[in-house]
Amino acid sequence: MKILVCISNVPDTTTKINFTPDNKSFVTTGVQYIINPYDEIALTRSLELTEKDGGTVTVINVGDATTEPTIRKALAIGATDAVRVNAAPRDAYFVAKQIADYAKDKGFDLILTGRESIDYNGAQVGSMVAEMLDLPAISSVKMLTINGSAATIEREIEGGKEIVECALPLVASASEGMAEPRIPNMRGIMSARTKPLVVVDASSVEQLTSVVGYDKPKPRSTVNLIPSDNVEKLVELLHTEAKVI
Amino acid sequence: MSVLVYTENSAGKFKKSTYEVVSYGNEIASKLGVDLKVISIGNVSNDELASLGKYGAKKVLNVADDKFSKFNGQAFASAIAEAAKTEGANVVVIANSFSGKGLAPRVAIKLTAGFVDGAIALPDMSSGFVVRKGAYSGKAFADVNITSDVKVISLNPNSYKVIETPQTAEVVAFTPNVKDSDFRITVKEIVKASDKISLPEAELVVSAGRGLKGPENWGMIEELANLLGAATACSKPVSDSHWRPHSEHVGQTGIAVSPNLYLAIGISGAIQHLAGVSSSKTIVVINKDPEAPFFKAADYGIVGDAFEVVPKLIEAVKKFKAANA
Repeated sequence: MKILVCISNVPDTTTKINFTPDNKSFVTTGVQYIINPYDEIALTRSLELTEKDGGTVTVINVGDATTEPTIRKALAIGATDAVRVNAAPRDAYFVAKQIADYAKDKGFDLILTGRESIDYNGAQVGSMVAEMLDLPAISSVKMLTINGSAATIEREIEGGKEIVECALPLVASASEGMAEPRIPNMRGIMSARTKPLVVVDASSVEQLTSVVGYDKPKPRSTVNLIPSDNVEKLVELLHTEAKVI
Repeated sequence: MSVLVYTENSAGKFKKSTYEVVSYGNEIASKLGVDLKVISIGNVSNDELASLGKYGAKKVLNVADDKFSKFNGQAFASAIAEAAKTEGANVVVIANSFSGKGLAPRVAIKLTAGFVDGAIALPDMSSGFVVRKGAYSGKAFADVNITSDVKVISLNPNSYKVIETPQTAEVVAFTPNVKDSDFRITVKEIVKASDKISLPEAELVVSAGRGLKGPENWGMIEELANLLGAATACSKPVSDSHWRPHSEHVGQTGIAVSPNLYLAIGISGAIQHLAGVSSSKTIVVINKDPEAPFFKAADYGIVGDAFEVVPKLIEAVKKFKAANA
């Protein structure tokens, strides 16, 4: 089985977010970057599948040279090889087009992405790649098993889950539950240095969206502390002041 | 020119989030001076379809073919894109639900449309077509300008109010020309906890963390949630320890919620948790540690032990419900 896992290079989950004074860009100084947590789940599940049934796991990232430590980490966790499309990721459409252009003639059985990236919070790339390659896609996948040439998949829906079957090839977007991320061991870290990381040029893509600016939520006013022996007061305030009950 | 809204149904019924997208689409249509059209896919009664007129729909395209009785992102996207072309839609609005996430990006590609997902406000059309969405997992907002002719937006639940603007909606059958290879997915089973309120759409959420000490203590959390008509949620350590299912995990790597009330019990308020709840309208924190960081992000707080405060709160809510029944 041939699996492609799309990984995004994102600020660590504990990062304090700051923007440049013109609010146009994210300040990267001092920020630790990681593999997008959902992409890491997808990567781990891919390794579980290929360890069981054989096959290869290729990771692909759209980014400039600064993302290479994150790609090497994916190789240390266990990916077979890696591809970096050499371009700053402009938006989901741009990223999806690069991935689709790379994948179109490679015969992948499975293309996995994370459910969303934790920086832009788009949940777009997986379904876009699928559309560009005319493949089925399933999003928010909590369980994925392969039986021969088909997959059984559990996806999240409002208030429950849906179980679907689909012949390969397909695209799936990983959510929590699909696998437990692994910590790379020393052997993995050593071998990652020599695994192939191919850099390819980006194709040109028309621009359909652009970020005008960012800002941060306004801080809440000081908390109104209510004595623990007067919870009736809390209920009253939620009714009369906050008007939520 | 028109605005086209996809109205998702659940077992043939429209939900509040559906009326939110219709109301949102209607507001854009009236600003643009065009008609609001709607596409419904699946088995929905004519009365239910006609009810969309109450929120401004002029025309309802009804795809009732049996092939479409279960969700399929690829086929649904083909139907919606075809309707958008037939109706000359320049804006397409879809709910940012689990299914919406699977089809809106495909619709955007089919229409070569710029796409913003998870919109939280109406587009600002004073200079371009700028849509606000959350970014950096609740730690920021991004304003995104869609520059293409056709625009696709997915709207977050609980982000726009339901507004009644009665119209008479004309319901017409619509048979999209969808290719067989779009139907490669077979839905085997749908498992729904029907008595439960769905977390992403919930207006009230009662959430608990490690302060509860173990899964056996969730009875009082569920009792409080039931009394309030709230969904239950939990922090990451709780779902990681399998005290509660992953589907209840709220936070940066779980579900992001924006309810009217988020009541957090025994949750310290790590930055990753706050990221998932910061857009809640009112936040109440109950924690025995007065230094818990969550108090800094809360509107109301009680410093106290959950095992003492929650039973008292249950009694107080019962009294309140009895007095306001």
